[in-house]
Amino acid sequence: MNFLAIIGRVVLALFAEIGRLSLFTWGAVSHIFRPPFFWRLLFQQMMRIGYFSLPVVALTAFFTGGALALQIYYGGNNINSESIVSTIVALGITRELGPVLGGLMVAGRVAAAIAAELGTMRVTEQIDALTTLSTNPIKYLVVPRLVAAVITLPILVLIADIIGVMGGFVAGTASLNFNPGVYINTTVNFLKADDVTSGLIKAGVFGFIIALMGCFHGFHSKGGAQGVGRATTNAVVSASVLILASNYVMTSLLFAK
Amino acid sequence: MTDTPKIELRNVSKRFGSKVVLDNLSLTVQPGKSLIVIGGSGSGKSVMLKCILGIIRPDKGEIFVDGKNVLKMGSGEREETLRKFGMLFQGGALFDSLSVWENVAFGLIQGRKMKRIKAKDIAIEKLAKVGLGAEVGALYPAELSGGMQKRVGLARAIAADPEIIFFDEPTTGLDPIMADVINNLIIASVKELGATTLSITHDMMSARKISDELAMIYKGKIIWKGPHDKIDHSGNDYVDQFINGRAEGPIKMEILKP
Repeated sequence: MNFLAIIGRVVLALFAEIGRLSLFTWGAVSHIFRPPFFWRLLFQQMMRIGYFSLPVVALTAFFTGGALALQIYYGGNNINSESIVSTIVALGITRELGPVLGGLMVAGRVAAAIAAELGTMRVTEQIDALTTLSTNPIKYLVVPRLVAAVITLPILVLIADIIGVMGGFVAGTASLNFNPGVYINTTVNFLKADDVTSGLIKAGVFGFIIALMGCFHGFHSKGGAQGVGRATTNAVVSASVLILASNYVMTSLLFAK
Repeated sequence: MTDTPKIELRNVSKRFGSKVVLDNLSLTVQPGKSLIVIGGSGSGKSVMLKCILGIIRPDKGEIFVDGKNVLKMGSGEREETLRKFGMLFQGGALFDSLSVWENVAFGLIQGRKMKRIKAKDIAIEKLAKVGLGAEVGALYPAELSGGMQKRVGLARAIAADPEIIFFDEPTTGLDPIMADVINNLIIASVKELGATTLSITHDMMSARKISDELAMIYKGKIIWKGPHDKIDHSGNDYVDQFINGRAEGPIKMEILKP
């Protein structure tokens, strides 16, 4: 086939996808502020997206904080100082690793679940059935998930921050024989509110990305079981990539002085 | 205004990519009548229904419900019009996260803001109409057989007393006896509501039984329409081939000969 034709087709497909996603996003966001509101569903989704992700996020944060403390110690040529290790752990967890790793873990768990659920609803005509029962599918399915993720992700990341710092503390005091009192003191003294809030802002954006990708791919899945599988994969991959890319952009904006 | 058709499609066309699904299709359904559209798989039947419901937007043409063009409506008016409709989906399309009674009452609770207790009473009453006891209401769709799911789907379609009901392959996938049970339930509930119905099927037994009028769709066009007792003498080779289920005839299946 003509080489130019192939390029043209790929570019057109890309723009069509971007257009579909933009329309979908605009539709979803505009419905957030228009009644009716489904409070019961919002609560249900907050439990599913937030509460049930706690164990995964907590474990990730704990071990990451611990490993980070060890790496700084060994990598820094055995820096035998509670103050340096504790400061870098606290900054690393709250600014970067808490939100990013928490976001990626939730992306794997939640974006996949949302895409699979909505995808199955699409191929079994349940989404069409909503329309025939005078219920807007965007409002009923997408809005509660979107809002729940944007609310719960920062809460999850705040908990991850605390547990991650604690992971560093445990590794530091148990394996590296740091003084517990000094470690906690320097952490508290060096950590600024900005470090934590910047991470929480990131977390809110990641929550939006996760729910949006899950809903978008689930909503547009087609072709039976295989289509649902593809939608699930696409949701997780696109959510993860967008999280990492937007993290870079936000870091450069939030910390540009 | 007695001669305003309940539903009218004028020159509706729809294509997906290069595949033409509806090709200048025109069709009218008179109030209180039951029209059945027959046609093979992939002839555009489902897409036609979805265009009327606004789930799919046609590329060209006009669609009128009670004389109003639904394609030119704003979203509020459109939702108002959708309240006139009930639909029984081919696979039932029951919400598997909700119990049976919540499924039946869904349009009442979400669409019409009815109190749950009141909606539950109506749901139980509608379930009884399709021959299901109140105890079925507490089950989940996954716990039901195919025939029961169809009946729950029917109860959900008629729950809000719609003026227009769509049936998408109501008997497909059921055994002949259950198919006849569903046919009878459809006839009884439509008569009670005085509803206008538009159904699509390829089950000729069902089509003869529940229709006032029949139409045949082929390659996105209506190629024949008439009262249901004329179907055997349509004088149309395509219709003859279809209702007699012959592999040979003017309709060529897109399969390679061995």
